[in-house]
Amino acid sequence: MGNLFNNYEEACAIILFGIGFTTLLLHRNMIKKVIGFSMMDSAIYLFLAAKGYIAGRKAPIIENGVQAVEAYINPVPAGLVLTGIVVSVSSTALMLALTVRLYRRYHTLNIDEITEMARKEEV
Amino acid sequence: MAKQRNDYENSWFPRLKRWIAGGAAVLDDRVADQLGRPAPEEDASAENYAFYEAERAAQRLEDEEREAEMIARARAWREGRGKKLTRALYGVIAVALCVSVILLLLITVSNLPSFGGKDNPTNNEVPRRYIESGLQETGAVNVVAGMILDYRAFDTLGESHVLFIAACAVLLLLRVSDSGDPRERLEAEGNDQVYEPKDDIILQRVTGFLAPVILLFGVYVLFNGHLGPGGGFSGGAVMGAGLILYVNAYGFEAVSRFFTMRTYKALTASALGFYALAKAYSFFCGANHLDSGIGLGTPGAIFSSGLILYLNIAVGLVVACTMYGFYALFRKGDL
Repeated sequence: MGNLFNNYEEACAIILFGIGFTTLLLHRNMIKKVIGFSMMDSAIYLFLAAKGYIAGRKAPIIENGVQAVEAYINPVPAGLVLTGIVVSVSSTALMLALTVRLYRRYHTLNIDEITEMARKEEV
Repeated sequence: MAKQRNDYENSWFPRLKRWIAGGAAVLDDRVADQLGRPAPEEDASAENYAFYEAERAAQRLEDEEREAEMIARARAWREGRGKKLTRALYGVIAVALCVSVILLLLITVSNLPSFGGKDNPTNNEVPRRYIESGLQETGAVNVVAGMILDYRAFDTLGESHVLFIAACAVLLLLRVSDSGDPRERLEAEGNDQVYEPKDDIILQRVTGFLAPVILLFGVYVLFNGHLGPGGGFSGGAVMGAGLILYVNAYGFEAVSRFFTMRTYKALTASALGFYALAKAYSFFCGANHLDSGIGLGTPGAIFSSGLILYLNIAVGLVVACTMYGFYALFRKGDL
């Protein structure tokens, strides 16, 4: 347990992830589910960014020709986060588009009601 | 006493015992009754036969009624108490699951190497290589730009394609076509007219001043991707935001003078095609030790670091078009 308060940034990321996960599971509204999903995405980025940080060092943009590895933080997580952000933007847009289609058809955002209506339509 | 005895005989357990002991015939009392009943005599009149028929039909009707009643009761339970019960159970299980996941992950976090430490296992030879020889190998001052657009350029190409494919999927889902249902189109336009501001003078004045600045800043971020913070994705997002602001102030007619579906298709496809061809050429030359003819230039100059600037511009165009495309599709179902 000793490192939990030392790793406060990762712990925050985990708690944010948990809040997003709970939102995703508990809310019946599709838009709120999408919001929960985005919160989980953001938690992952926070975690990755925290992993790349090294205390007292600068962003990996070379200044004054200093190319020592001791001067900069880890650039790899930054690239990973960049990829992740683009993918999450795409998937969020896709989910929202599907939600809009469902709303146009069933005139509700409640997933239970949509399921019920879809089941009745099938019968 | 006899009634109790009978009730016991008819309950499920003795019947099961009898069934195990004596086969299926005695499982149902009705079957047993029928077996015990004397067979209708051969010379029974047609009247007698009809009587049996009627009795059987009544029995069938009764069975059907009972079945329907049971189904109705089950359905009522599902809609009423069962629904509440399931929902409560679902909530409890969901919360328990989430709490246990958080606890498990927190325990993992408490065992991770400490935050910001310089000897953490993530700081291995990979970032060392990127930082120490990235400038010489890619010519980019921004190590991250050099990493994502040179060492791992195909990854970024795939990323741009994810964006492009998402835009295509949203287009498929939300586009209100000209040839389709005209009511849908009218409805979308009506919604747009009701919910969005039209000819707002404050918005127009501010946008007239801000939109060029935002677009110019986007271009600056785009062209500085290899020199400082920025790059294709962020610059493209800034430019897309500028376009969205412009649409909000002046409406879709103003934007459609220079940006339509055809522009969108042409820009995105040519940017992605250019990216793929340029990077394929450079990888092919590099793998075969050929001189690609792409100079790295002086580090720090705008036109330096080989292909990175051009790739940034391609990515920025795709991102700006896609951002604006998402907005236009969600708002009125067309570009």
